Amino acid sequence: MSLADTQKPGLRAWLLTDTPTSRRHARAASLYQAWLSLKGNHMAMLGLGILLALVVIAALASVLAPSDPFIQDLALRLTPPIWQADRDPAIEGYILGSDSLGRDILSRLLYGSRITLYIVTLVALMAPIVGLLVGTIAGYAGGWLDVILMRITDIFLAFPRLILALAFVATLGAGIENAVLAISLTAWPPYARIARAETLTIRNSDYIHAVRLQGAGPMRIITKHIWPLCISSLVVRVTLDMAGIILAAAGLGFLGLGAQPPSPEWGAMISEGRKFILDHWWVATMPGLAIFTVSLAFNLLGDGLRDVLDPKDGKS
Amino acid sequence: MAMAEQSRKGRRRSPLFGIAKKTSSTLLTVAVTMLGLLFVTFFIGRVMPVDPVLSIVGERATQEQYMDVYLELGLDKPLFTQFFIYLGDVVQGDFGKSLRTGFPVWDDVTRVFPATMELATLGTLIGVFIGVPLGVIAAVKRGTWIDQVARVIALIGYSMPIFWLAILALMIFYGKLGWVSGPGRVDIFFEDIVPSVTGMILIDSIIARDWTIFWNAVSHIILPASLLGYYSLAYISRMTRSFMLEQLSAEYITTARVKGMSEWAVVWKHAFGNIKVPLVTVIALSYAGLLEGSVLTEIIFSWPGIGKYITISLLSADMNAVMGGTVVVGLVFVLLNIFAELLYKFFDPRAK
Repeated sequence: MSLADTQKPGLRAWLLTDTPTSRRHARAASLYQAWLSLKGNHMAMLGLGILLALVVIAALASVLAPSDPFIQDLALRLTPPIWQADRDPAIEGYILGSDSLGRDILSRLLYGSRITLYIVTLVALMAPIVGLLVGTIAGYAGGWLDVILMRITDIFLAFPRLILALAFVATLGAGIENAVLAISLTAWPPYARIARAETLTIRNSDYIHAVRLQGAGPMRIITKHIWPLCISSLVVRVTLDMAGIILAAAGLGFLGLGAQPPSPEWGAMISEGRKFILDHWWVATMPGLAIFTVSLAFNLLGDGLRDVLDPKDGKS
Repeated sequence: MAMAEQSRKGRRRSPLFGIAKKTSSTLLTVAVTMLGLLFVTFFIGRVMPVDPVLSIVGERATQEQYMDVYLELGLDKPLFTQFFIYLGDVVQGDFGKSLRTGFPVWDDVTRVFPATMELATLGTLIGVFIGVPLGVIAAVKRGTWIDQVARVIALIGYSMPIFWLAILALMIFYGKLGWVSGPGRVDIFFEDIVPSVTGMILIDSIIARDWTIFWNAVSHIILPASLLGYYSLAYISRMTRSFMLEQLSAEYITTARVKGMSEWAVVWKHAFGNIKVPLVTVIALSYAGLLEGSVLTEIIFSWPGIGKYITISLLSADMNAVMGGTVVVGLVFVLLNIFAELLYKFFDPRAK
């Protein structure tokens, strides 16, 4: 960034101007200022760094992994990590040790990052969109439609979340896609609530009246004038929820209802390692550390984003 | 003139009328939510690709035996008729029989729910007694290392997979150090000794004055309760901090300070006094979250609570038990929510 700053002083000035000349200019300027204040938050940048690393690892898993995550070697099963004193020095590889089937834990972790990213991305796309649709329609339409939609939201909120997800997976069959669907189904109600609240405040503002006087229909008002204003609070909420989604997915995997073996899903790996925890602690500990790191990263970034995008409630 | 008089009278009567209206609309909300909850669970239970008849009669039943049970369960009737029959039973407190345990679901639920309540209550107490002071201190010392430490503690709490932490804690404190007892509520030879009054073994053993069992139960509950307590601590401390920050930046605090009040009085009497109501709401919500049955914690600690009950019933296609358990949990959740809302209205005049 600093290199770009010195090379193009004009761009920086253009981005920081108080008098934007066009709509795109204003938007770019506000984005740039948000980025600047996010950049000052070290914790948030740490989180962003970890997440970028996760994306790189997931993309390059086949290059980075020292061995195949599925190859078993029963002779070398439960090999301790490289720094353990009780490890046979003749064994090569297995930096983080091996599991009960002699598979390399490090390679499995690296490949598992793909599953985590896949789940997180899908849920982050589905749940907020469903919530946004339900919330804005309920808030904008009002009347009986509002009542019905909000009742449905309340019903889903009243469900114990993990149990609802369990029930859906049990109905649809275990697997990653169904786990994603189940988590999304339990995750959308809070978004609907937020979107509705935002819509209610926006709906009666002067500029919406102005747009309506110009002849805009409800579709146009909702999609062009209400959605853009709901986005920032939803983004913050989604980032903060990501950690919970990762934990929920891992929990489903742990119960055997998410990704199926031999898939290197982190929660399932913990469940496999649980049986050996007393004498072979690393099998369950390593994937747990991976889950913890990624959800911590999301929490750090979410905290920072909230300070930047949602200054109205500076509750960090 | 007379009309105006009358309408003024009407308005004067309105507070009581308002309360009645509010109560009835709240009740209606609860009823509709519960109805929806029942419907969703019922629907899930019926579209599950598991045959409830087969799980009763077993694989080797003859066609006749199969049909007998099929008709007995009323599965030949249309889905909606089945739902209304079920609804009628539920209203009378009959949730059917659990196929897995053979007991009426209601008995099962009233047996397992106190176990969850015991764990959730203790967890919430830990969360409140550590989380609230931590949040207040973090807000008062904003920006210092204390604030940072409190922030890190909370963030770690938010980010930790609970089942993993539970496994590690069991390995360390039970397996390696032997400081606490393992899974379960009491050691196996202590089970069913104290008469069940409340269903909560800590309280029952106090009532029976059986201190051996009491301390044994304490050594069993302390680990899962601390884990749940850590989670509610993370949430409660963050919320306390943000409520406190809001108050501490208010002008009346500056006034209190200018007038020479001690810092202790400013923080605890003025600022903390004003956050009690929202804080109780937050605590109620976090308690409700724990009461929903921390499924994973209960499974890892073999805790015979509602979360474990529903999950195991679900995995063995025991839909009566799942539906009954979910409805009870949902009811508790809705009621606690309403309770929190009411508290807000009663104690915060601005919310009216």
